[in-house]
Amino acid sequence: MDKQKALFQYCLRLADSSLIMGQRLSEWCGHGPVLEEDIALTNIALDLVGQATAILNYAGKVEGKGHTEDDLAFLRPEREFRNVLLAEQPNGDYAFTIARQFLFDVYQYYYYQSLQKSKDETLSALSEKSLKEVTYHLRHTSQWMLRLGDGTPESHERVQRAINELWMFTGDLFDMDEVDALLLKEGVSIDLKEVKGKWENHVAELLEKATLQLPVQTFMQAGSRAGKHTEHLGFLLAEMQYLQRTYPDVKW
Amino acid sequence: MEKDTQGTLWEVFVQANPGIPHKHVGSLHASDEEMALQNARDVYTRRKEGISIWVVEAKNIKASSPEDIGSFFEPANDKVYRHPTFYKVPDGVKHL
Repeated sequence: MDKQKALFQYCLRLADSSLIMGQRLSEWCGHGPVLEEDIALTNIALDLVGQATAILNYAGKVEGKGHTEDDLAFLRPEREFRNVLLAEQPNGDYAFTIARQFLFDVYQYYYYQSLQKSKDETLSALSEKSLKEVTYHLRHTSQWMLRLGDGTPESHERVQRAINELWMFTGDLFDMDEVDALLLKEGVSIDLKEVKGKWENHVAELLEKATLQLPVQTFMQAGSRAGKHTEHLGFLLAEMQYLQRTYPDVKW
Repeated sequence: MEKDTQGTLWEVFVQANPGIPHKHVGSLHASDEEMALQNARDVYTRRKEGISIWVVEAKNIKASSPEDIGSFFEPANDKVYRHPTFYKVPDGVKHL
């Protein structure tokens, strides 16, 4: 694998994770538990779709086949998506969405913090911009984790169940392969083992504050780096890509 | 009336630019201060409307009532001398 191919893959991983998480959150639009939270979730969704747009635009240039960000988002099949498994998990109840978002926010927070120092100027600049957004997302979901965890018996039970069910998808966040190895050597990508350490500390600390139990080590799902997904991604893409697939090249 | 289950009511004040007063922009529901602040950010400053936000629980605002209009505000009607423009500045006064 050469550097160009690796960088293209790397951009897809970053962009797809934001895109799919953004698409999931946007499903809450008009269905939020209260008006204020409905707007908060869709704000976060828009931030994430914006991140994806910028990185996919860059990915298209790196790939050099004339693909735009829209081509890459709407015309790739499921197996070519490189989003982390966590992002594609269905919304569930509100506690589940918040728990999923919190785990992802902590990940993005330390990820972008590290990627700011990338030798790739585009990735570095995009990370700096995105980090400001993610800092707010994390503040928002952290508060909700505390509120739900340390709230009523029912909210505590629901958010604990969410963390337990999501836990097996958190190993996939930090898997590294030859793409990472090659780009890490070039100073372009980051060491996910370092991010993992920071992520684990941060999550453990907050769960404790929220009176929640850190799940015990369990079997970890893997596969997103190679495009192997849970069954949920296909359904999500069917909805997201429907319009472009049905009416090719249709313009808004 | 049905009981409001969306938390307490907060009033939101946003400062648009440095040096000018915070202005009342509306209200929202939240169950604590931090939630009120974040909700205010999300609901009222999405289009770059501000650089600073105050939130105040609505019950902490003591408001005048319509019955107060007579005794509160009407006595000011015939006191034009309270406006600086009422006074003529004598010739030769400096540093005004």
